[in-house]
Amino acid sequence: MKRRSRRIDTDLAVIGTGIAGFAASLFACRRGLEVAQFGHSGAMAYTTGYLDLLGVQDGRVLDDPWDGLGALRRETPEHPLARLPDETIRTAFGLFTEALTEMGLGYTAPGERNLRALLPNGLVKSTLSVPQTMLPGCEALAQRARTLVLDFDGLQGFSARAFEANLAERWPGLSSARLTFPGMEDRQVFPEVMARALETRQTREALVDLIRPQLDGAEYVGLPAILGMQAPDRIRTEMEAALGATLFEIPTIPPAVPGIRLREGFERTMPERGVTLDPVLKVSRVRFGAAGATLTLHGAMEDIEVEARAVLLATGRFLSGGLRADRTQVSETLLGLPIRQTESRNDWYRKDYFDPAGHPVNRLGIEVDASFRPVDAAGDPVQDTLFSAGAILAHQDWVRQRCGAGLAIASAYAAVDSAAAHLTPEGQPPDRSVRSDR
Amino acid sequence: MNVRVHETEVLIIGAGATGSGIMRDLALRGIHCLLIDRRDLNAGASGGNHGLLHSGGRYATADAETAAECRREGEILKRLAPECIDDCGGLFVAVEGDDPDFAARFPEHCRVAGIPCEALTPAEAREREPALPETVFAAYTVPDATIDPFRIVLENVGQAQQANGSRYLPHTGVEGFDIEDGEIVRTRCRDHRCGDPVEIRARQVVNASGAWAEKVARLAGCTDVTLLCSKGTLLISNARVTNGVVNRLRPPDDGDILVPGGTVSLLGTSSVTVEDPDDIRPTIAEVDRILAEGAAMLPILNETRFVRAFSGVRPLLRAPGSESDGRKANRGFALFDHEDQGLTNFVTVAGGKFTTFRLMAEKAGDLVARRLGNSEPCKTALVPLPSGDALRWTDPGAAARDWYRRADPTDMILCECEMVARSAVDTILAEAPGAEDHMSLRAIALRSRIGKGACQGAFCALRVMAHLYDRGVYDGPDGLRQARDFVEGRFRGVRPVLWGAQMPQAELAEILHCGLAGMDLAAAEDEGRTG
Repeated sequence: MKRRSRRIDTDLAVIGTGIAGFAASLFACRRGLEVAQFGHSGAMAYTTGYLDLLGVQDGRVLDDPWDGLGALRRETPEHPLARLPDETIRTAFGLFTEALTEMGLGYTAPGERNLRALLPNGLVKSTLSVPQTMLPGCEALAQRARTLVLDFDGLQGFSARAFEANLAERWPGLSSARLTFPGMEDRQVFPEVMARALETRQTREALVDLIRPQLDGAEYVGLPAILGMQAPDRIRTEMEAALGATLFEIPTIPPAVPGIRLREGFERTMPERGVTLDPVLKVSRVRFGAAGATLTLHGAMEDIEVEARAVLLATGRFLSGGLRADRTQVSETLLGLPIRQTESRNDWYRKDYFDPAGHPVNRLGIEVDASFRPVDAAGDPVQDTLFSAGAILAHQDWVRQRCGAGLAIASAYAAVDSAAAHLTPEGQPPDRSVRSDR
Repeated sequence: MNVRVHETEVLIIGAGATGSGIMRDLALRGIHCLLIDRRDLNAGASGGNHGLLHSGGRYATADAETAAECRREGEILKRLAPECIDDCGGLFVAVEGDDPDFAARFPEHCRVAGIPCEALTPAEAREREPALPETVFAAYTVPDATIDPFRIVLENVGQAQQANGSRYLPHTGVEGFDIEDGEIVRTRCRDHRCGDPVEIRARQVVNASGAWAEKVARLAGCTDVTLLCSKGTLLISNARVTNGVVNRLRPPDDGDILVPGGTVSLLGTSSVTVEDPDDIRPTIAEVDRILAEGAAMLPILNETRFVRAFSGVRPLLRAPGSESDGRKANRGFALFDHEDQGLTNFVTVAGGKFTTFRLMAEKAGDLVARRLGNSEPCKTALVPLPSGDALRWTDPGAAARDWYRRADPTDMILCECEMVARSAVDTILAEAPGAEDHMSLRAIALRSRIGKGACQGAFCALRVMAHLYDRGVYDGPDGLRQARDFVEGRFRGVRPVLWGAQMPQAELAEILHCGLAGMDLAAAEDEGRTG
């Protein structure tokens, strides 16, 4: 069969399907830009579901991330978040959590303080916004409420007993129990499969019936994150009513449901917003011309050429394939963008894994100007029409600093802002009457 | 403070191949032993080598005596512990640039040492090992094999425990000896896990502490043991590269041997003289040099994915005025009876090769048995080593085969890279040598393949930890500390091979260990670095 070929014209091509890529598409839509988005990474399944802004600064756990941003601006002004005013970060974060809530994944609005959210081992994480399904966990911890934490036969890497053992001293009202998930006896069980099973009423009722006799006066019940895939808030409310206790979810080791929910939510709703989206297609080449760029993609059945007036690169780091390393250097994989190197491989990682300073390799990445355009060694933009956002940016250590979502969302917002300004110099949306007949 | 006191006939210090070999040797003669190690089984050179069961070919040119010893001992182990050995055969190959005269003399040296050696044409050699390059100009077969150094040591201890109730205590380090009238009457130790003092009373004390033997001998006032510590570094690939052992046919140098180890291969070995055998770790410079040299012999190594590097310290005998270069030093061993040092119940056995550990144990055992008036002969060359349910999980691939064979859907895989199931961990917890309450993740990993695959502990550290909480092994924050300690330990070896396909693994590991498990902050909190 002959391969088909297809051509797409768009204002902005977003490369990358992580939080930064989806945030960029979302913000670009809001600005009235036409967007085409491509990517091939499943790295979103590695998120806990928590949206961090800045949880750690200089090895110190932060209660006030905004205060932390002030310190960040003084100490590492080149950090992508340090280059943005609070106002931009607040707006971007708020728009993003609103969009998630609109797509059926309720998230708390970003506030002034970090929340203290639960981790699977009974440790606590400082984060700015959590799914509504996880919020009662923060409350239960804060109040030391009578709480029952559950796990399931055959579920790997999540032990309610470990959770309890690590919190018992501080939280005497905590207890744990193990259940067999309805219909999944004598086998390994996976959070994703359990979550999909809970989309059916019978499974929910069966699970509630199993939990009820374990309650013993508990006001809160914590579960691994399995409360459905598309409408977790509705499932939680319904199960709470049947149970007579408040339910909350706890993150699990990946592939984990909160990340899959985000990915599926975006994949479902971005096309509704008018984005041309192919989340499992890798961009194989980008050529820049006078009027923008041409992206080449090779699908299973067809070749696609995308003519874009601007490009936003949000391809992530090593795990998502945005960066790669050989024995001598780190490089950017799609465009060969310049990366400022350390002196040698010896400087990539510190001697001790948990050195509080973090590993220098994590701060290597793309250098950008004030408009979030990648720059060359001289500091000049590589292309006027190329912008970048997210974890691929240099001078940040999102894992250690607990700033991944904030970095992705705020830099995407700023990069889209710049791209929009470039595409519509007077601040007007592009003239649709000209473009619609193409 | 509570002093724990142990009594035994023979205290053996150092739970490597030699120490555990002496334990087996004496137990088979009916002598009760207590084996102790400051850390755990194979913490020194016994766990830091390539697992080559030498045919002797490597030493044939320079040291015919050691070569012949290797050959004889290799044959004994192949007969008595076949479950620990992959009799895969080996090649010595010379490639363009190597000395043709050195290569040409090789078969004659082998003949003198009694090592079977057969010449292959370059085409035959490449047929046997397709990874060899066109530039091979000389190739000889030798009966090299590989041995699982962890399994055989577990079997040594297991057999001794079974034979007469001899015991093994990990994390018990010697701090001093109380000597009266030319006899060690008490060995003062410390349990490094809880900090408690431990006192051991034994009729004979054997120092088999490898690279630390000089230090231990000095604690007893003996100045006759002098060692040269030679650090060797090796790289572990993600998959097996060659069918058999491939040696470079030239004088020993970095990167001149590739040894299969079940489903992986080990490339080595460097040799750097070090002052202190403690706190050694592989460096990037060593890894790059080994790889450059190795790739000259097997160019495929340039594209091979490596998952970890590790280092060991060879304890080499330093005779007065002898070589200070570890490569040229004697690979033989020596038995010190310390009688000229004024002690009558202290023995040090030092030097030697992994391959010859049984012989070293036999010689030490003969001396100790004689001193105890025991006339039983050595049986270690005749009695087969036991296989056992808790002893067999270190062999790469064994856990996977076992799991597929049993096909029990309720027996979850905890370590997906190496297919280690819950049942394997439970067996180790219940009955492996050195099993104890609150057993550390490191100790379980030492007795299995956990954390040794491509992910190097990214997922399995968390899964095994959760399982150990479920089993009640941990009941407080100690489990988190154990998991952290385990991944910190893995990182020492992972760091120098981080490039290419291991970079995404390392990034994911950090996301899980820090972002999800909060280990970095917990570490800082434990050290009082955060408020």
